[in-house]
Amino acid sequence: MTANESIGIQVSNLTKNYGKLTAVDQVSFDVRKGEIFGFLGPNGAGKTTTARIITGVLKADKGEALVMGYEAGTLKAKQIAGVVPETANAYEDLSGWKNMDLMGKIYGVPKNIIKDRSEELLKKVNLYSRKDELVRTYSKGMKQRLILCMALISDPEILFLDEPTAGLDVQSSRMIKDFLLEFNSDGKTIFLTTHQMEEANQLCDKIAIIDQGVIVKIGSPERIRTEIKGMHSVEVSFEGAVNHHFFNSLSEVKSLKKKGDKYKLYTEKPGDTVVSLAKHASARNLEIVSLNVLSPSLEDAFLSLTRREKKS
Amino acid sequence: MSDTAILFQQAKRAWIIARKDIRIYYSKGPVIIFGILFPVFLFLSFAVGRNLPFESLIPGLLGMVLFFTSTSISPAVAPWETQARTLERLMSAPLKTHTIILGDILASFLYGVLVSIVPLIACVGFGIKISHPVILMLGIILAGFCFSSLGLIFSAAPTSMPSTIMMLSVMVKFPVIFISGIFIPLDQLPEWGRIISFVSPLTYFTDIARLCIKKRGYFSLGFDFLMLVAFTILFLLFAMIIHHITMPKRI
Repeated sequence: MTANESIGIQVSNLTKNYGKLTAVDQVSFDVRKGEIFGFLGPNGAGKTTTARIITGVLKADKGEALVMGYEAGTLKAKQIAGVVPETANAYEDLSGWKNMDLMGKIYGVPKNIIKDRSEELLKKVNLYSRKDELVRTYSKGMKQRLILCMALISDPEILFLDEPTAGLDVQSSRMIKDFLLEFNSDGKTIFLTTHQMEEANQLCDKIAIIDQGVIVKIGSPERIRTEIKGMHSVEVSFEGAVNHHFFNSLSEVKSLKKKGDKYKLYTEKPGDTVVSLAKHASARNLEIVSLNVLSPSLEDAFLSLTRREKKS
Repeated sequence: MSDTAILFQQAKRAWIIARKDIRIYYSKGPVIIFGILFPVFLFLSFAVGRNLPFESLIPGLLGMVLFFTSTSISPAVAPWETQARTLERLMSAPLKTHTIILGDILASFLYGVLVSIVPLIACVGFGIKISHPVILMLGIILAGFCFSSLGLIFSAAPTSMPSTIMMLSVMVKFPVIFISGIFIPLDQLPEWGRIISFVSPLTYFTDIARLCIKKRGYFSLGFDFLMLVAFTILFLLFAMIIHHITMPKRI
């Protein structure tokens, strides 16, 4: 396989303007075949616009996007892709089964295959027993599972998902993630747009972080996480209530965040911070319930990268 | 895949879109109100108490029903799909914009043609003989397609509010009814009214219906059909171009 043959999505200098606003600015990246690629960014960063250009819903003002070697937006590129758009919906006046049938026919899937595949997919996401009910009676999680099944009815080579688990309950969210991993294990490519760090961390082989229309980082989640310096943290919880003034005398602590009954102290010197914290607690007769030194999380990296962009 | 094969494939998919529209939108309240009840009550308000022979009324009724029904679905589908958030899925599917539009026009066209059969059945029920049934059917088919294309132009504005589009379309449809020889035959209109009526496609269909039912029209059949073809091409091309521009703005 040559270098080009191994690339599922190739994006070069993609630019999209809305009046004076540049929503996507010279964005370039490659997604290898069989990879789960996470496209991360805060709200309004340009994620959805980029995804819409690649899926052929919008046209770029400049640049080029290729899907499995086909120009984005062409019938060939659309035919081999499955799409779960952001805030998309199934037809609520049709049953789940009729929605599957409609999507299969639109993609030109033969009738008998539509039937078999719909049955298989709906069973996998626990919707088969409710297949004949109108979609308007489905819960949000059920609708999202159905939309995913609709995107897979044509057995696509590549799957685009824009915030697929946003606002879902844990069960539906887990089911969708497991489903995606299973799809990927067959060698299929996934392009996932999300702002949920944990989701990206669990699923993605590679991620790109976009902010204000510009790619600020591309790499594996682990690599991006470890590249962020000075973002170690110490997580501590005490028996009894403590307010943030307690930490004022700890000079090593750069910033702190309360997380439930725990405090997360950001520091460049985690070892010194632990020692100071223990002494400080002991001097005030405070019992430490838990104390953990944490490396930077993907969320920390994300915040660091996107904040840095805003400052500049 | 050859160009012919792509054309055939897209035509087939336009029919799938049309079937989806038929299944979902034919029974929607606004479609029934603006497409069926509105023209019927408008007609009754004109006809009741005037002691006019049914034979004189039926071409106008037929024209009004076809016009209102054919323009009742095509304007509403795009804002409904926008509101229901189903449009992006269609736009990312292997469909050309023209295919989606053609599917909507087909659904609206079929609705118009099917409902128009009701006044024709009434015609038979009242013992009125249609002199040229085949020509009348051809006129209904052509005019249905023409009016559906016109309906699609109403929804060009990228709004997600079907009510806005419905109001806009009613604002256009009402004056058209009064200038198209529906209530008053063209030869009885004043000169200025006749001149205005030439710009309405409904004028030519009503004339075809009068020719086929009352054996008396204002224009020749050839001219009526020629004008309907011209209006159809104009509306269809305009609808295709304008929706190609505005569809991405809907999402």
